[in-house]
Amino acid sequence: MPVEVLVKTIFIIAVVVGALAPVITWVERKQSAVMQDRIGANRADVMGVTLLGLLHPAADVLKLLSKEDVVPLGANRFMHLISPLIAAVPAIVGFAVIPFGGVYHFGDTTLSLVVANPDWGLLYIFAIGSLATYGTVLAGWSSNNNWSLLGSMRASAQMISYEVTMGLSVVGVFMVFHTLKLPDMALAQDQTLRLLGFLERLFGIPVPAWLDWLRLPAWGIFYQPLGFLMFLAAIMAENKRPPFDTPEGESELIAGFHLEYSGMRFGLFYMSEFIEVVVIAGLVATMFFGGWAIPYLSTGTIIAGIGSVFGTGFATGLCMLLHFGCFMTKLVAMIWLQMSLRWTLPRFRYDQVMDLCWKILLPLSLANIFVTAFVMLIVGDPL
Amino acid sequence: MTTPQILFYAFAALAVASALGMLLNLRNAVAAAMSLVVTMVSLAGIYVLLEAHLVAAIQIMVYAGAIVVLFLFVVMLLNLRADEFSPGRQWLTKGAALLVVTASGAHLVRLLSADLPEPGPPPPGFGGYAQLGVSLFTDYVLLVEMASLVLLAAIVGAVILAKRKID
Repeated sequence: MPVEVLVKTIFIIAVVVGALAPVITWVERKQSAVMQDRIGANRADVMGVTLLGLLHPAADVLKLLSKEDVVPLGANRFMHLISPLIAAVPAIVGFAVIPFGGVYHFGDTTLSLVVANPDWGLLYIFAIGSLATYGTVLAGWSSNNNWSLLGSMRASAQMISYEVTMGLSVVGVFMVFHTLKLPDMALAQDQTLRLLGFLERLFGIPVPAWLDWLRLPAWGIFYQPLGFLMFLAAIMAENKRPPFDTPEGESELIAGFHLEYSGMRFGLFYMSEFIEVVVIAGLVATMFFGGWAIPYLSTGTIIAGIGSVFGTGFATGLCMLLHFGCFMTKLVAMIWLQMSLRWTLPRFRYDQVMDLCWKILLPLSLANIFVTAFVMLIVGDPL
Repeated sequence: MTTPQILFYAFAALAVASALGMLLNLRNAVAAAMSLVVTMVSLAGIYVLLEAHLVAAIQIMVYAGAIVVLFLFVVMLLNLRADEFSPGRQWLTKGAALLVVTASGAHLVRLLSADLPEPGPPPPGFGGYAQLGVSLFTDYVLLVEMASLVLLAAIVGAVILAKRKID
């Protein structure tokens, strides 16, 4: 068991943190360039080979590693040195409960593509994520700089406020899927949802067979559309990237909480934001877009269909790869969505960020809980 | 020693050490608050060892992740130093501390001297959100409602106090 967990952890750190996160910095530059009608990063080259600017992440890391690590005069040295780590670790360990695939049976061995599956599932991510606040807050406080302090004051207020909304906006999802575990949520979405099923449940009218093809994938976004929008807004504000980057606010606070950081310690703050983008993409994909589930093709169908020709073992293995690919596709789509939002919307003013949280998202998320409960009472359980 | 025992002593030692660190960090309120966070997180570790998973999650989310952040917010906003606390009120704090330490010490002595039965395995579903939710809204529903009433009163009070300043 520990060996299995270790292998999965190393895989996640190598593939997601080590490979995907640097590529995202390139994606962000190139996408912003495309959106703003520029060429974008293309100058870093090795012997004239630029690979469309893909060498820029490597050049960045080299530059950041070789820069001097400055601790400002009058700063709290210890806190200044550890706060980038406090910011980075919660972002990385969030992957532990995100399922990269389902549970597969090869004979007597069972393979599950998730590192840990605790009973409190999603609450683990919320709990760990709430600790990330300290990295930001301490970074600003320990820098002995008024701009930084202002940034970290904003960060602490903003992140606590949005934690409340983030938790409340997914209560509807918990109610629909009856679980806090992300693997169970993905499994519940591995089926289809009959569009006219409510007729049968409400009025007892059977759906005619020729309309039975009117089906949607049973994705969370079709049960909880408002929940999806609110959760995305809240968790993006939690990550404090634009349009919610008031703690950084370079036009007001220069660079906010990480103003006094240089070299790789600045890089760690930067990196943890990008890793969090991937965590958010994984969460949103799992809760609202079916996770590893392939739309209209349930696990049973794939294994039965291919298994009848090539044997069950091969079919299960192929199914695992297909599910992994499906999850990665959704992950990339969600990363792209966040990047587009980041380069489309201008920064909110600080009071607008707070108003959005307490005056719009909080009442809406409470209303969403009541409406969900009411509909589930009238129409019945979707599962 | 089994692994849970080793983990228990590790978390317990960390909790006690960081609690002492909080008390002894008189000059630096931010460092004291951070020690409090470590105490909270190690207590959450002990809760996990006791199979109370939901309580552990809430311990980290609410205490370590939200309440101490608010402490930090206030500390950074006021930027207090140790000599700025008014000396007149300190007898009250010291008296309350003495009372709490005496009471919990007496409880500890009684527990240590009592002949406690060997604990059995927890019932299935123990510590999960389902069981906790059911017991909160059946057996303890009156207490839950009373607590929510107190919170409501606090919210209304805070709004009135804040509004008076604006008006």
